[in-house]
Amino acid sequence: MNKPLRRIAIFCGFLVLALLIRGNWLQYVQADELQKNKHNRRIAIERYEQPRGDIIVDGKPITGSKETSGSDFEYKRTYKDGPMWAPVTGYASQAFGANQLESIEDGILTGNDDRLFFRNTLDMLTGKNKEGGNVVTTLDGAAQKAAYNGLKQRGGKGSVVAIEPSTGKILALASFPSYDPSTIAGNSDKDAEAWQKLQKKENPNDPMLNRALREVYPPGSTFKVLTAAAALEEGLYKSADEKTDTPLPWTMPGTTTDLPNDGDLPCKDASLREALRVSCNTVFGKIGADLGNDKMLEYAKKFGFTEEQFTPVRSSASVFSDDMEPSETALSSIGQFNTATTPLQMAMVTAAIANNGTLMKPYMVDELQAPSLDTIEKTEPEELSKPMSAENAQILQSMMETVVSEGTGGKAKIDGVTVGGKTGTAQHGVDNSENPYAWFISYAKGEDGSSPVAVAVIIEDDDAVRGDISGGGLAAPIAKSVMEAVVKGRQ
Amino acid sequence: MSSTTNPSAQHTSTIGAIGAPSRRNTELALLAFAVVIPVFAYANVGLAIDGSVPSGLLAYGLGLGLMAAVGHLVMRKFAAYADPLLLPLATLLNGLGLVVIWRLDQSERLQNLAERQYGVFSPSAPNQLLYSAVGLALFVAVLVFLKDHRILQRYTYISMVGALVLLLLPLVPGVGADVFGAKIWISVAGFSIQPGEFAKIIIAIFFSGYLMVKRDALALASRRFMGLYLPRGRDLGPIITIWAVSLLILIFENDLGTSLLFFGMFVIMLYVATERTSWIVIGLLMSSVGAVGVASFASHVQARVDAWLDPFGCYQTSGACEQIGQSIMSFGSGGVVGTGLGQGNSDLIGFAANSDFVFSTFGEELGLAGVMAIFLLYGLIIERGVRTALAARDPFGKLFAIGLSGAFALQVFVVAGGVMGLIPLTGMTMPFLAAGGSSVIANWALVGILLRISDTARRPAPAPASNPDAEMTQVVRP
Repeated sequence: MNKPLRRIAIFCGFLVLALLIRGNWLQYVQADELQKNKHNRRIAIERYEQPRGDIIVDGKPITGSKETSGSDFEYKRTYKDGPMWAPVTGYASQAFGANQLESIEDGILTGNDDRLFFRNTLDMLTGKNKEGGNVVTTLDGAAQKAAYNGLKQRGGKGSVVAIEPSTGKILALASFPSYDPSTIAGNSDKDAEAWQKLQKKENPNDPMLNRALREVYPPGSTFKVLTAAAALEEGLYKSADEKTDTPLPWTMPGTTTDLPNDGDLPCKDASLREALRVSCNTVFGKIGADLGNDKMLEYAKKFGFTEEQFTPVRSSASVFSDDMEPSETALSSIGQFNTATTPLQMAMVTAAIANNGTLMKPYMVDELQAPSLDTIEKTEPEELSKPMSAENAQILQSMMETVVSEGTGGKAKIDGVTVGGKTGTAQHGVDNSENPYAWFISYAKGEDGSSPVAVAVIIEDDDAVRGDISGGGLAAPIAKSVMEAVVKGRQ
Repeated sequence: MSSTTNPSAQHTSTIGAIGAPSRRNTELALLAFAVVIPVFAYANVGLAIDGSVPSGLLAYGLGLGLMAAVGHLVMRKFAAYADPLLLPLATLLNGLGLVVIWRLDQSERLQNLAERQYGVFSPSAPNQLLYSAVGLALFVAVLVFLKDHRILQRYTYISMVGALVLLLLPLVPGVGADVFGAKIWISVAGFSIQPGEFAKIIIAIFFSGYLMVKRDALALASRRFMGLYLPRGRDLGPIITIWAVSLLILIFENDLGTSLLFFGMFVIMLYVATERTSWIVIGLLMSSVGAVGVASFASHVQARVDAWLDPFGCYQTSGACEQIGQSIMSFGSGGVVGTGLGQGNSDLIGFAANSDFVFSTFGEELGLAGVMAIFLLYGLIIERGVRTALAARDPFGKLFAIGLSGAFALQVFVVAGGVMGLIPLTGMTMPFLAAGGSSVIANWALVGILLRISDTARRPAPAPASNPDAEMTQVVRP
């Protein structure tokens, strides 16, 4: 009987061995994956175990934490001016996870980041509780307020992005309608109800959509500045005041269709300055067709099109197609057809022009701080590309300044400050049946020629009368107040 | 069969009088560790949760120490030559189980859950301590009253009837209790009892007695067919019966674990008794036919299988998936060294966190290191059991010991494998660790029986009576 007994012993050994191997598999090989599993509530529990670090604007926190009871979570996230800052902070919810800065910088905010490891170990030995670090943003409270209130007063949907051209610092990032992340921060039925109401299927306005970074719109006439930049860089025209070779009406190549202007405009052989001032479709359409798809795409890419930006919050990639007929290229070059851009992208184009042709990488996290307020990481400004030369950029600036001083962008004028801008009215919908989008891009310039702020504003106003929508009328006043807020802050 | 032949040849008997040392002192030293380790663990839990040494530490330490002392003294008196490892191993596991059950009692999350479901939360640790004491009492009773395990041979068929009655009790209306779909409990005088745990031991008596008598018939009176020895129909009868009974348990009591355990134990014992590999093949075939058949008809078994295959695929829709998913995440979150006792979140598993899923708490709070240590402790218990079977001198004792050890090994594998997602989950308890009176009491009895068999096997034969012929002739002086 002993032989089978020994075999059974070996069998039992295999059973135990199988369990040991399984243990190693779960707790060593797969441990990391299981710890990060989206169903693992420990992530949320840990996130709210101690007061969360804050997101800081102008040296003051725009977030907070308060103690909660009766749930797994010790603390709950609170927000000051939640709807205004939501496009920046995102949300951190006990029940629904986190997004944007709250999610990307979660390690710092909870204090779990590897860079805090030494400190945490020290705290553990000295018996101190773990604390979260802070995220210091580049945003400008006054500019953000001007942007958000401007959108709110209009009441429609819209978005504003402001950038400091010389560094790429994001100064304002507003989206309307917005939501208050405080209402969904908890874990109660009330929070769940609020969450439901914010979802797109319940709420067609989609308040949780971050329009500034994640929505792409046809840029309309504001895209003409990019076309003008390409024309200057390629030497198609040497100066702002040289007459362009543009017949009126101009028939798009390969078609029998004339490209219409918006009204009876003096566009025949108009100079670039004049064409930009009155927003001639014919002049810029022809430039696009003359340069061709490849060249236009090259410049669009140099200004940041077709790439996602990580600010570190991801923005959608803006679109400029690469397989177009000359007529389609012409339409694309005046910001129609397939061309689509995020508000951030248009702010980047404006900022690159205002920064004498150098495009800086846009960012909104200036600094990560340890709980002790020591700097862990500081973001240095980074050059993304150099789409145009300083001379050409200055020519373009003078053209955009004419738009504000004498053209369609008059409502953005600020006393004592040089402002350059461009309006846009982008058609959309089948056969342009829907209300167009009103765009305005602009920058302010100090006396030394350096620019403190570049802005892009878009309004999608469902209720406005069709004729009433034009970038100059709806969007320019908001851009003006944002620029004013920044300029005033710098004085 | 006698693996303990004494090398000394000075006696005519095969077994020497100066036999194996009793090893009781080794046992005493090991017991000291088995008491001290859980006491430290207990203090650890208190420090982690409240920041202070728990007030019950002294009582707990004394309680466990007293249990160990009583067990040890009884061993010295009634089973002096028994295996020195089994008692310390059982004490250590039982002590650690108590600590973790107490730790889960402190969980606010589980307290709230209990209040929501039953309106009141009652801690499990005091009950478990009581059950452990009862278990030890049964252990003592086995050692004191069961002078020789071979006595049990007389009750072969009574055992069969007894085991069947125990197994079927949960189905009797009025006695049986349906708890969350599994009908494996009966309630008697306010206590709920899992008769299956006791049936496990009793049915091992029947198998041993039956197989000891029938082993030759089963082994030799067979026809060869396709390389396999097929037994005669009349010898096959009881096996078919057991197979049918396990399937019935599975179908009517929703108890996948117990039926697997019984069938596995039977196949192991049959193989040992007959030394015929064909029995293993037949057993595996029958059990897979039964398992597949039941799995394709019974929805709850299907749900368990689905949960095993992809716990996160159906996490939100199925309770079974959520349970196993939570358990696996618990293990994963523990990592290599664990979070430390009292600092994990294994209570997220919720229902049955301190019984069926108690091992997940070990996984999370003691980490891979702790899990491996626990498995090695179980492995040692099994190894000592198998060694006892090898050492036993009578076929009944051999079969009984291997049956009990095999069942113990299968139970550990089925429960731990279930909560770790290695095999589909079955509702069984981790021996000694899980909260549950029947389990801990039955397992103490199991260890008692193994010790009795081991004592009988290792006890030296009494010295041969002195031979008067060999004595010197006495000279009577005038």
